[in-house]
Amino acid sequence: MSLRTTLSAVVGKSARAAVRLRGGSGSAFPGLLVEKLDPGFLARTLTTLPYGVVVVSGTNGKTTTTKMVVELLRGQGLRVFTNRSGSNFSRGVAASLLGDMRITGGFEADIAVLELDEAHAVHFVKQVPPRYCLLLNVMRDQLDRFGEIDTTAGMLRAIAEATTEGVVLNREDPRVAAIAEALTDQQVRYFGLGEAVKHHFPSDDDLHSADLHDSPSHHTASPGARSDSASSHHARSDSAAVETSPTSAVSGDLQHQARTTKQVAADVVLTGLGTQEGTFRIGGEEITTPLRVNGAYNTYNAAAALALVRLALGEDRDNTALLRSLAEVSPAFGRGESLTVGGQPLDLVLVKNPAGFRLGLSSFPHAGTATMIAINDNYADGRDMSWLWDVSFGLLAAGGVRMVSGVRAYDMALRLVYDDVAVAAVEPDLASALDSFIAEHPDEPKRIYCTYTAMLTLRRELARYTEVEAFA
Amino acid sequence: MSPVAPKPVHVVQLYPRDMNIYGDFGNALVLKQRLAWYGYEPVMHSYDPGDEFPEQADILIGGGGQDSGQDTIQADLLECGDRLRALAEAGTPMLMICGLYQLFGHYFQTRSGSRIQGIGVLDVTTYGTDERLIGNVVVESEEFGRIIGYENHSGQTRLGAEVQPLGRVSKGAGNDADSGYEGARWRNVLGSYLHGALLPKNPAVADFLIATAVQRRYGDSLGALDAPQLGPVSLTELTEKARVTAASRPR
Ligand SMILES: [Zn+2]
Repeated sequence: MSLRTTLSAVVGKSARAAVRLRGGSGSAFPGLLVEKLDPGFLARTLTTLPYGVVVVSGTNGKTTTTKMVVELLRGQGLRVFTNRSGSNFSRGVAASLLGDMRITGGFEADIAVLELDEAHAVHFVKQVPPRYCLLLNVMRDQLDRFGEIDTTAGMLRAIAEATTEGVVLNREDPRVAAIAEALTDQQVRYFGLGEAVKHHFPSDDDLHSADLHDSPSHHTASPGARSDSASSHHARSDSAAVETSPTSAVSGDLQHQARTTKQVAADVVLTGLGTQEGTFRIGGEEITTPLRVNGAYNTYNAAAALALVRLALGEDRDNTALLRSLAEVSPAFGRGESLTVGGQPLDLVLVKNPAGFRLGLSSFPHAGTATMIAINDNYADGRDMSWLWDVSFGLLAAGGVRMVSGVRAYDMALRLVYDDVAVAAVEPDLASALDSFIAEHPDEPKRIYCTYTAMLTLRRELARYTEVEAFA
Repeated sequence: MSPVAPKPVHVVQLYPRDMNIYGDFGNALVLKQRLAWYGYEPVMHSYDPGDEFPEQADILIGGGGQDSGQDTIQADLLECGDRLRALAEAGTPMLMICGLYQLFGHYFQTRSGSRIQGIGVLDVTTYGTDERLIGNVVVESEEFGRIIGYENHSGQTRLGAEVQPLGRVSKGAGNDADSGYEGARWRNVLGSYLHGALLPKNPAVADFLIATAVQRRYGDSLGALDAPQLGPVSLTELTEKARVTAASRPR
């Protein structure tokens, strides 16, 4: 370590301690300080790692996937540095780094696995080119911040272009898969979905004309001219057999690409979903493994994590240990988190954009479960509520929704009613809503779909009922 | 009760494949449901580039899209221009949001000065800027009362002499950063920047489209809304509460 790195570590660590003493989270401020004093700190520190830096980005599932990658690597005996504080910025990374550093600036890790959000990753990779990156998806997330979905895809492309060795792409997301065309020097690997599970993953671009046109009076202007409406019907209609790939119904220019591009081979393919288990085709071999994560999209994240780790470690890996670690990974904060309240399971499902909400709805069976939905529109949730109209709630029609809560409870209730879903109660206040939801359904398993800040509040309130793991 | 002959009302969604971002689908859903609750038979059509245009179009709606979406549909839209102008001229009710609002005007001038031709149904022109107007919006309209929605656009729209604004903004920007106007109205064509989706929280606008359609098609005046009560309170009350919350939220 250079003297300068040591000094930066000391300054940063003191600032971190000072923030802690004042009751702050110790997250971004010390990182900011070091960044100002020593802008090369991050690059100098991270690029010395023997396995370099791995970046995970995309709009949905970064946190869970990063956690999986970290645990898979640890299971291989590697010392892994990661930015687990949830700060997605360079500053947050610098802060995490300081936390893990000894006061002399010594830093013992073999590899860094960083979760970065799209906008900040672009800046970050200029300072610290990753050796490998994993790009998950581009969904309609927080458009009020990034402006446009194509802009987000451009950000992911910039990450891939800055990556030195290898890039892992989601074969089923046409905007992500198309990034391969921009790459010349890097190895490219894919993770993907088998035909039998595709209906669990309606694409973001499968919009809801399906529901609208379900009425018998519907006739299209040009019957049979295109398969789009047919495929979105399938994508939306629960578990009926699906012959058409949901990814064929995408919008814009990519549509034509997606249709004409032959399907490329993927290194890891999710081929089957069971209750707390997944079947993967890994490099040609089909393996079923138990999982602690639940839901279809967490299981797909596992395929992504496997593909990345297989690429990053090359032949240097113990496949048996890899599967053992995978089975042990618990979900990241709030992502398919299961608690027990009054002897009944209570699942929290984070929803933050239409695709995530749709995946959440299609990931779990609804019969026999009491459902609550909590929607806030604070800055971290996104202020724009339009996205609720891009989710079809028909899957909830049979059992109805027992409680709707959050700042935008009435928007959500209105949305459900227009989808013919019965709503038993609306209570904007999260604490009272949770209390009556639990009190009125003592003997049923419960599931709460909630936006980010609603989840923070609900977890705090749930601590009155059960042990809730602290959010580090 | 004696059986009543069904009265179909045809709703055409323009370019839903490429121009449907930010919940514009909600507008179609609300028309479909409310038509049924008013006793009509909604017939929903989607029209995408290259499709045969539906023979019967009682209500037309359209939404916003990505830049790539706009490029994809623009040529097709120009080809449909005569038909759409004729429908508008005849008094067909239409609601065009964001991207299609812009393309229903004369042109969209990009920052580099090139012009993307619109179909000129509305006497409006739009100029690209690098300022994104984004956030909750409240509009006061003489005809529709308070209109509530969410905007997200960098094109700014100027109204010509032929159109009326939809209303004046009391929160947010609307058409542009300085006029204080939101939306445009010519005959029964409404243009607006408001997502939300617009119609769920603004049933007065939905009912204007429906009432105009059934008047033109059947000479009917709109009866009472017979919506099933699925929530703890009536649809009207749910709507009102959602409106009050939305209007109170930060920009
Ligand atoms: Zn828009």
